[in-house]
Amino acid sequence: MDTTTLQDEPLLFEKDRPGLSGVDLPEPSPLLEDRLGGLRRRGPVGLPGLSEPDVIRHYTRLSQKNYGIDTGFYPLGSCTMKHNPRLGEAMARLPGFAEIHPFQPVGSVQGALELMNTLAEWLKTLTGLPAVALSPAAGAHGEWCGIMTIRAALEKQGDPRRRVLVPDSAHGTNPATAARCGYAVESVPGNDQGRVSLASLKARLGGDVAALMLTNPNTCGLFEDEILEIAAAVHAVGAYFYLDGANFNALVGRVRVADLGVDAMHINLHKTFATPHGGGGPGAGPTVLSQALAPFAPLPFVVSGAKGFTLVESTHRSPDESVPSGRLKGFHGQFGVFVRALAYMMSMGGDGLRQASGDAVLNANYLLASLKDDLSAPFAGPCMHEVLFDDSFLKGTGVTTLDMAKAMIDEGYHPMTVYFPLVVHGAMLIEPTETESKDTLDRFIATMKTLAARAKAGDSESFRLAPRHAPRRRLDETRAARTPVLRWKSPVAT
Amino acid sequence: MRFLPLTESDRAAMLAAVGVPSVESLFAEVPVNAPPLALPDHQGELEVSRALTAMAARNLNAATAPCFLGCGVYRRHTPAAVDAMIQRGEFLTAYTPYQPEISQGTLQYLFEFQTQVALITGMEVANASMYDGATACAEAVAMACRITGRKRVMLSGNLHPHYRAVTATTARYFGGELDKLPPDPIGIEDLIGRIHGDTACVVVQNPGFFGHLKDYSALATACHEVGALLVVAVTDPVSLGLVVPPGDMGADIVVGEGQGLAGPMSFGGPGLGLFATRERFVRQIPGRLVGETVDVDGRRGWVLTLATREQHIRREKATSNICTNSGLMALTFTIHLALLGETGFARLAQINHVAAVTLARRLAQVRGVRVVPSTYFNEFAVTLPKSAKVVADGLAARGILGGVPASRFYPQFPELEDVLLVAATETNTAVDMDMLVHALEDML
Amino acid sequence: MSELWFTKDHEWVRVDNGEGTVGVSDYAQKQLGDMVFIDLPAIGVTFAQGDTAAVAESVKAASEVYAPVSGVVEAINADLNNTPSMVNEDPYGQGWFFRMHLTSPSDLTSLMDETAYEAYINELG
Repeated sequence: MDTTTLQDEPLLFEKDRPGLSGVDLPEPSPLLEDRLGGLRRRGPVGLPGLSEPDVIRHYTRLSQKNYGIDTGFYPLGSCTMKHNPRLGEAMARLPGFAEIHPFQPVGSVQGALELMNTLAEWLKTLTGLPAVALSPAAGAHGEWCGIMTIRAALEKQGDPRRRVLVPDSAHGTNPATAARCGYAVESVPGNDQGRVSLASLKARLGGDVAALMLTNPNTCGLFEDEILEIAAAVHAVGAYFYLDGANFNALVGRVRVADLGVDAMHINLHKTFATPHGGGGPGAGPTVLSQALAPFAPLPFVVSGAKGFTLVESTHRSPDESVPSGRLKGFHGQFGVFVRALAYMMSMGGDGLRQASGDAVLNANYLLASLKDDLSAPFAGPCMHEVLFDDSFLKGTGVTTLDMAKAMIDEGYHPMTVYFPLVVHGAMLIEPTETESKDTLDRFIATMKTLAARAKAGDSESFRLAPRHAPRRRLDETRAARTPVLRWKSPVAT
Repeated sequence: MRFLPLTESDRAAMLAAVGVPSVESLFAEVPVNAPPLALPDHQGELEVSRALTAMAARNLNAATAPCFLGCGVYRRHTPAAVDAMIQRGEFLTAYTPYQPEISQGTLQYLFEFQTQVALITGMEVANASMYDGATACAEAVAMACRITGRKRVMLSGNLHPHYRAVTATTARYFGGELDKLPPDPIGIEDLIGRIHGDTACVVVQNPGFFGHLKDYSALATACHEVGALLVVAVTDPVSLGLVVPPGDMGADIVVGEGQGLAGPMSFGGPGLGLFATRERFVRQIPGRLVGETVDVDGRRGWVLTLATREQHIRREKATSNICTNSGLMALTFTIHLALLGETGFARLAQINHVAAVTLARRLAQVRGVRVVPSTYFNEFAVTLPKSAKVVADGLAARGILGGVPASRFYPQFPELEDVLLVAATETNTAVDMDMLVHALEDML
Repeated sequence: MSELWFTKDHEWVRVDNGEGTVGVSDYAQKQLGDMVFIDLPAIGVTFAQGDTAAVAESVKAASEVYAPVSGVVEAINADLNNTPSMVNEDPYGQGWFFRMHLTSPSDLTSLMDETAYEAYINELG
C-alpha cells in the first residue's frame, strides 16, 4: 500500500541518499599530526545524507502537522499560551546577545549583565520581593530553587524540618520537587469552594513543617481568598510560604505577592512574559526571594557596583557548593529567554501588564458566564485567568472529557487541559489569555455550545471517532508503552 | 498596546455579559492591591529595540572578535536553513505535545532527535532532551543511584566544574556521597583504583575539561565488575563525529551538552541536555520520551510514552521533578545534524580537530606557552608564564576572546592560576590565530 | 481451591501451606485500565504488611501494590514482563504478581474474605 500522501512524512532516516550533505564544508587541511591518541571513530555513525532542499521540505511538512498559538486558539489551562511577540526573536539574535560566551571576561559583557540586572529589577518590582535567583531553567527548576533555598535557610537555623505541605489541587511538580529536596510530602485537602481549607491546613501545621507550596490563583482558577490567614498560619510555626507562580498572569501588575506574605515564588517567563514555548522548552523560571532567603540563593548572581556589573560565580570557601543552596545549572541561566522576556516587559510597560492581567481575567470570566449553562462549572465565579468545568454535564451521554477534547480538534481548536486538576471529575481547564479577541471567544463559545448539545443529544458515536480531520486519528498509547519503540532502527541491521 | 485585541467596547460588552461593573470587581477577593508600580509605560518596537540594541552593543561579541573560548559552549556556524525552520510558528509557538493527533510534527522530530543522539553517542536509546549538560549529568547520577541502590558516586577531576557543582547540589538531597577528585590538568588521576564494592557510578568527561581524550573501556569493565555504572559526559557533540563514542567504550549512561550543534552561544543559555543510555534502563530514564505507535486507522504515528515515570502521574514518587525538555533547542540540533548528514558531521569534526592542532602548534611556539594535554579534540589547556586571568583580560581589551582561565572555576587552586583553556572551531580563521599569537607574543 | 483474602487497596492473597500468592483484584485491573508494565520485587526481599511491593502501570496511571501480609518473596511471575495484559485478562490466575512465605500468618485476620470484599466494592460504587 502506498501511504505516501501529504499526511505522511517519512523519517529522515528513510530519506537517506548516502553521500549527500546539506552543508558544503571545505576539504579539511591535511592533518600535521593526529592528537586523537588512537581514538578515531571506527565505522560510520549511521546518519542519513540529505540535501538542503530535502531538509527544508521535511521540516516544513512536519511543521504542518503541528498546532501552535500562531495557528489558532490554544486554551490549554495552566500553560498561559499567549501570543509570542517576534521582537524578542529579533533581539535575541542581535550579535551582541547571541554571539557572546558565558566565560568571557565580565568586563566584556557589561551589556549582558545589565540586561540580567534590568530583568531582575522588573521582577522584583512586580512581586515586591527584594531578591531574585535568575538561573532556574523552567518552572519545576524554579520550585526546586525555592524549596532548596528554604531548606538551606532552615539548616542554618539548625533544623531543616521534615514535611512540606501541598494542596491536593497542586501541579504534580510540587510534590515531586519537595520529595527531591528530601521532604515528606503531605497533602492538604480543599474545601467545597475549591480553595484550601484553612482548618485542614492549620491541623497539619507544626514545628516540623518547612514550607507550604501553594498555587494562587489555584488550579481551579480561583483566588485563595484566605491567603493572608494562610500566610500568617504558616509563618506562625516558623515555616516558609512558597508560591507556585504558574498562574502569575492573573496577578501581574495588580498584586505584589510580597504583600500576600509570600517568601519565595518562581516565575515562568515562558508563560507570563510571553517567550515561546518551543514545543516544550526552553523556558525560564527565575525565583524571587524574601530578605531572609536571599543569602541562600544559588549561584551565580549579578551584582551592580560603582565600577559596573560583576558576576558572582563562586566563593573560595567551598568550591563546588559555594553558597548553601549550590548551583542549579551550567553557566548563567537561560539568557536567550531573558532577552525575549525583557523585550516583552518593556513593550508592555507597567500599564500594559496591568491591562493584560485584567483582560486575561475578563476573558476567562466571559467564557464562564457564556458557557456555565451548557457545560458544568463545579465552583461559582468569578474566576481568575482560567475557568474550570467538570464532566457532570456529560453524565449519561457516553461522551467523556477526552472525547470533548478530541472533538474540539475537528473544530479547529487546540483542546483545553483535561483531567487536571484531579480534585474535580473529568476536569476541563480553559485558559484563554489576554491575547484572544472577543470575536475568537464568541466563535469558541458557539462551538462549545454546539458540542455540548450534540453530546446531550446522544451523538456519542461521532465523539468516539473524533478527531477525523487531524494529521492522525487517536493513537494507541497502550501499544507505545507496552513495547517501547524509542528510535528508528535500520531494517537491514540486526 | 499591540498585543491586546480587546477594544473598550468589547470590554464593556463582556463585563455586561459577566454581570459586573468593572474589571476591578473581578479582583474583589484579592485582599491587597499593589500601589502604582515604579515601572515605565508601554513602548513601541522601535524604542524597545533601541534600548536593547544599546545593551547588546556593550558586549564584545564573537561575530567581530576572534573567539577561542570553549569549556562547554562553542561558537559554530549554524546553516541559515536551521534558523528559518525553527522560527516557523507551528514549531515555535506550540507546547509539549499533549495532544498527539495535532502534534505529530514535534513528536516526529523528537523521535528523530532521540535516534540521532543514540547514534552519535553509540548508545541504544536517548530521551527527548533535558535543560542542559550539567542538569543531565546530575540526573544521570540520580538514575545510577536508583538502579544500583547505592549512594557512592565518583566524579572525575576532568569533569566540567559546573557539571560537578550541579551534581553536588542534586546529590545532597538524595543522600549521594560524592568522591570528588581534584582538578586534573595533567590527566593522571587513578579512577579504577578508587572504585569500591559500594560505588554506584563513576562520572568522567571525554574529551576531558582540560582537553585529554581517553579510552575509558577499562574503566567501564572495572565499574561493571563491581556492579557500578559508568557515566560519560560530552560537552561538544561535534567531537562524536571523529572520536570513538562513549557507547563503544562501554558507558552505561551518556550525557552531554548539545549547544555545539544547537545554535548560538547566547551567553550559555538556553542549552540542550543530551541523555542516552541502554535499553534495559528505559523505565528509569528521567524526562520526556517519544515512542512509535499506530493510530486507529493503523497509520504510523508518535506519542509521548512511559509517562508513568513522570511527575504529573507519580507526584512525589517521580523519577525527576522536571517537566519540560528543551524542545526548540532539540529542533535546532536535529535540523543542523540532518543538514550535515554522515559526511558533513565527520568532516565538521575533522575541521575542528585540524583547527585545534594548528592552533596548538602555533601557541607552543610562543615563548613561555606550553600545551598541556598530548591528546585532545578541539580544546586544550595551556600553561602561561603569568596569570591566565590577567592574560585573558588583556586579550579581551585588545578585542580578542583568547581563552578561559581555569582559576575562574577553581580560584582556590593556586597551581591552576597560569592555566588557560583554549578552543578552536571551524569558525576560527588563520587570521584569528595570527591575531591571538601576535597578541600573546606581545604580552608574554 | 484455597481461599482468597483481600485488602482495602484491592490486593488479593491466596494462602496454601504457609505460602501466599499475591495479585490485584478484578476491580483494581478495571480501574487501572490496560496494563503496560509491572514492576515486580526481587526474590528474597522481606516485606512487612502494607509495604510497597510492586508497581502496576497503565498508560496514564501507576499504582503501588502493597504486601497484603508480611513475608519473604519466594517467586515472581516473570511472564508479566512480556505480557502485562495477563493482569487484565486473568487477574486471579495467570495475572498473579509474586509468591511469598508468610512470616506472620495472623496478618490474614485483618483482611476481607470474598463476601466482605464484594460488599466493600459495592459500597465504593
